[in-house]
Amino acid sequence: MSEKERILEITHLVKSFGSHEVLKDIHFSVDQGDVISIIGASGSGKSTLLRCINLLETPTSGSILYHGKDITDAKMNIYAYREKVGMVFQNFNLFHNLTVLDNCMVGPIKVKKKKKEEARELAMTFLHKVDMEQFINAKPRQLSGGQQQRVAIARALAMEPEILLFDEPTSALDPQMVGEVLNVMTTLAEEGMTMLIVTHEMAFARDVSSHVVFMADGVIEEEGSSEEVFGNPQKEKTKDFLSRFRNL
Amino acid sequence: MASISEMSFWQRIIFLLQQYGSSYLKGAGTTLVIALVSTFIGCLIGFAVGIVQTIPLDPKRDSKVKRLLIQLSKILLKAYVELFRGTPMIVQAVFIYYGAAQVFDIHLGMWQSAFLVVSINTGAYMAESVRGGIISVDPGQMEGAKAIGMTHFQAMVNVILPQAFRNIIPQIGNNFIINIKDTSVLSIISIVDLFFVHKSVAGAYYTYFESATIVMAIYLTMTLIASKLLNLWERYLDGNDNYELVDKMDIGNQMHSAGRSAVR
Repeated sequence: MSEKERILEITHLVKSFGSHEVLKDIHFSVDQGDVISIIGASGSGKSTLLRCINLLETPTSGSILYHGKDITDAKMNIYAYREKVGMVFQNFNLFHNLTVLDNCMVGPIKVKKKKKEEARELAMTFLHKVDMEQFINAKPRQLSGGQQQRVAIARALAMEPEILLFDEPTSALDPQMVGEVLNVMTTLAEEGMTMLIVTHEMAFARDVSSHVVFMADGVIEEEGSSEEVFGNPQKEKTKDFLSRFRNL
Repeated sequence: MASISEMSFWQRIIFLLQQYGSSYLKGAGTTLVIALVSTFIGCLIGFAVGIVQTIPLDPKRDSKVKRLLIQLSKILLKAYVELFRGTPMIVQAVFIYYGAAQVFDIHLGMWQSAFLVVSINTGAYMAESVRGGIISVDPGQMEGAKAIGMTHFQAMVNVILPQAFRNIIPQIGNNFIINIKDTSVLSIISIVDLFFVHKSVAGAYYTYFESATIVMAIYLTMTLIASKLLNLWERYLDGNDNYELVDKMDIGNQMHSAGRSAVR
């Protein structure tokens, strides 16, 4: 296998809310092209880990190296870092005051200082990719959840990020919409996008991920290739968790 | 012509309108101008204060000096809000108009004093409304903005404030209507507003009830019109519920023309 560039390296990551330690000494790394699913029960710290990675939560201790530079260092420009690390939220978080097109253009224009025409072309390219280009004039509130999430993915892609973080992107959707969104994500994975996905969609995690991380009680209980974790889990907690999903 | 004491109630009202109609209108005009200008300036003050009050402080990344300055401005602005929200406007008017001249030897004209008092009073109320409007916007909006690399300022300008603004329009309307009525206290510093006209007219003929009826009708007309206009403005800002689907066949041609963009 060819040498892949390491994008993120997380070491000794701890996050506490008061005396409650949500993440306990987390270690893991993301290489270019990896599609990593983070699975585990609610409250196991999956989302907090993702939110620490783009600094929506400030880690209590430990380091997150991005191409070798520690982004938890106070001197790091976190805005430039976040440009490179896209995030898709459970509740979409599209900007309610802007149209679909403007949602995808505002980042490239205001943050990346791109020309309007260039930003529009970028936005249209990615809205086409998620099959939402028909809706460019709509406001988010006029769209279904699945449509909103696809726009949110296009908005993140329009920033041309190096890695995309997905925080339970389908948890607020009905089964049909889940399909729409997962299709888009599968396409992205096949195209070689580096992705870090917190999800409860086990079949998707099994089929699409190159690597699976199982978290329980704030620690990484088990990790490995999709075949290893789903096919032959080693730890009791992993077996117990996966046994609840009958269709696997 | 019969003397005023022999007239009926409606005759007196007609008499007052004939004699003083233009004075009433001028007074109403003065009231409206002070209310409009002061509400506008008050909103600007309110926005400025509300924006400063909601600046987050990051103990790790912000320098000590920056944190100290922001903290200090927050305290001063809070004091301003409490002072002007917590004292009657009539006293503030006297305090500024007479007090500034006596104590500080600053001679403000009565117009300057009037605009100043009503503006900073409105500003104090609006500051809290704006702060409320900002924190009532779903926190997910700020996270979405941060996630694409926006700074706090960029997120405020492009995402949060437009939504907060929509939420506080009812408050702006409220303040405008309150200002139309409360400018009446400015008669204490000899501003010839609608209430001042009423006092003069009523005093001249002892027609308190009749003059008050006229003045109440004028105030009510002004506030009703204001309230209707504000409703229309809100509906305009909410925009159309419909949107046009863009034909997929046209997308290629429309890459450069379709979709009017509000992002400049």
